[in-house]
Amino acid sequence: MYKPKMELTLEQKEILEGKQGPTMAKIMETVVMFGDIFDAPRLVKVTHDDGHLVTSFGIKLLKPLFSTMEQINDAGIKTKGNFTVDPRPIDYKNVKCNLLEKLVFSKIMYAKQEMYEEQLAKAGLKDKNAFTCAAYLPEIGNTPKEGDILSWAESSAVVFANSVLGARCNRNSGMLDLFGSIIGYVPEFGLLTDEGRKAKWKVIVKCSKLPEAQILGSAIGMKVMEDVPYVIGLDKWLGNEINDENTGYLKDFGAATASNGAVGLYHIDGLTPEAKKLGQSLIRDDAKEYIIDDAEIERVYKSYPIMWKKPDKKGNLVFIGCPHLTFTQLNNWTDKIIAGLKETGHKKVVVRTIMTTAPDILDKFKKTPKYEKLLKTGVKVTSICPLMYTNNPLTKSRRIYTSSNKLRTYSTARYAKDQEILDFVIGKENK
Amino acid sequence: MKEFKGRVIAGGNWKGEAAVSHQGFNSLASFQKSALKNAKQVIVSDQNNKDLFGKNITDKALCLPITIGSTTGGLVIQTTCQMGISPACYLFSESIDSLAASGIVLAKIWENSPVIAIDRLGEEFLNTVKTGDQLEVREDGTVIILD
Repeated sequence: MYKPKMELTLEQKEILEGKQGPTMAKIMETVVMFGDIFDAPRLVKVTHDDGHLVTSFGIKLLKPLFSTMEQINDAGIKTKGNFTVDPRPIDYKNVKCNLLEKLVFSKIMYAKQEMYEEQLAKAGLKDKNAFTCAAYLPEIGNTPKEGDILSWAESSAVVFANSVLGARCNRNSGMLDLFGSIIGYVPEFGLLTDEGRKAKWKVIVKCSKLPEAQILGSAIGMKVMEDVPYVIGLDKWLGNEINDENTGYLKDFGAATASNGAVGLYHIDGLTPEAKKLGQSLIRDDAKEYIIDDAEIERVYKSYPIMWKKPDKKGNLVFIGCPHLTFTQLNNWTDKIIAGLKETGHKKVVVRTIMTTAPDILDKFKKTPKYEKLLKTGVKVTSICPLMYTNNPLTKSRRIYTSSNKLRTYSTARYAKDQEILDFVIGKENK
Repeated sequence: MKEFKGRVIAGGNWKGEAAVSHQGFNSLASFQKSALKNAKQVIVSDQNNKDLFGKNITDKALCLPITIGSTTGGLVIQTTCQMGISPACYLFSESIDSLAASGIVLAKIWENSPVIAIDRLGEEFLNTVKTGDQLEVREDGTVIILD
């Protein structure tokens, strides 16, 4: 049996010794061994019981995931609270696929989807609408309080929860997210500690206007990797209170820092909760400095490789919303597309355009008159994960544009700024 | 011949070829294409990784600062170990990150994988080792770049 380095309570020791069965013992061993690598002195209680899992997709080859879930289900083990999970991979109604694509998705790539969703339900899945990468938004309600300890994964959700909500969560991997939610404890190290939340980088933004969230996040992620950045100079555009408008910006910024780097927490001077309380005392004495101006933003933007097979051809598909759009973002995009089409004289968008948002946000949006108006423009709204769609080897031939730096990183999709995407879909710019 | 000493995360003795990433190694972006194809080896598919994009890293010593990117990273490492297409060793110049650590622990406990992981080998290690170098890795965390 594994000999832990950290101090365990009697209950935790007994689980490790197998008192609650071999599967619980293995789960405890995994969490403890993981914590020991980081010299965690103990396990601390998860105070926000509702977990969030990164693994939502029944990709056939993820045999370790399915076999572990089977062991968990067979042992009747459930998470302490309910959990949300990343988006589903398929929505044939709104993201049309041809026969061959359907065959590849349903019979080959995601052949285990139904079985896996049953496994998730048995383990403690919240409900049928629980599939979103932005479960922390109020419409979904898996929203931790400041200071809460979490056992979450999904890089964009972890960085949002830490930075914008002031919760405490390490960048847990898939499986560890579930294990922490089952035992109700996580190892105390890194972003769970005051010291681990101090900034190793002072980032000074000297741009002439608010930089594109996705490029700024990408630049910072690539520079600081897994360190904590303290960003100065954004509050003059974003304000000093978290609100519906800047929530979307912070979500997209964070997702880019986490996917283009490994950022789990950022502080925005004068805006995010810890920066407002503690100010620049959060910056370590030995912090390095990174100055970002218009030229640096443009340098980073131009550095992205183009992965299309035929880069000179026009794009033929646009994805907007990775991570899932907030309600405000969905409304803003709708307004801009409708106004833009009036300006260009087109009745419908000139390229196939798909927006993605959480199921609960989509339900709310459907109750507003804007939903029908948006549908009339030809735009489709779905709750899938665009990455899961673009993972299909058959989509390689598609020339996808996206305003998501995360989607760019994990697919052959080409990144474009929000305004460029808008001009393209309304037929103003020939991309 | 140059010798470096790191901390053992998962020990073992091994000899073979190095594959070096000077930047953070994005596990999902690097492994996903090969894993999805059920391939027999991993050809790195991360477009952002200038050092290793398009290179085979199966059964090699992956030399890297840390891993970055999606929090599926640990599960992806576990899966490639289960599929038998993983790098033989992960040699980190910095302290191991939480995603790679998860992957190594999951592979050890749930897959009984022989994967080796050593961290804290230092910046000089990553500045010295080159893709294609022959390495000897020892159980005590010693890594030797052979002439």
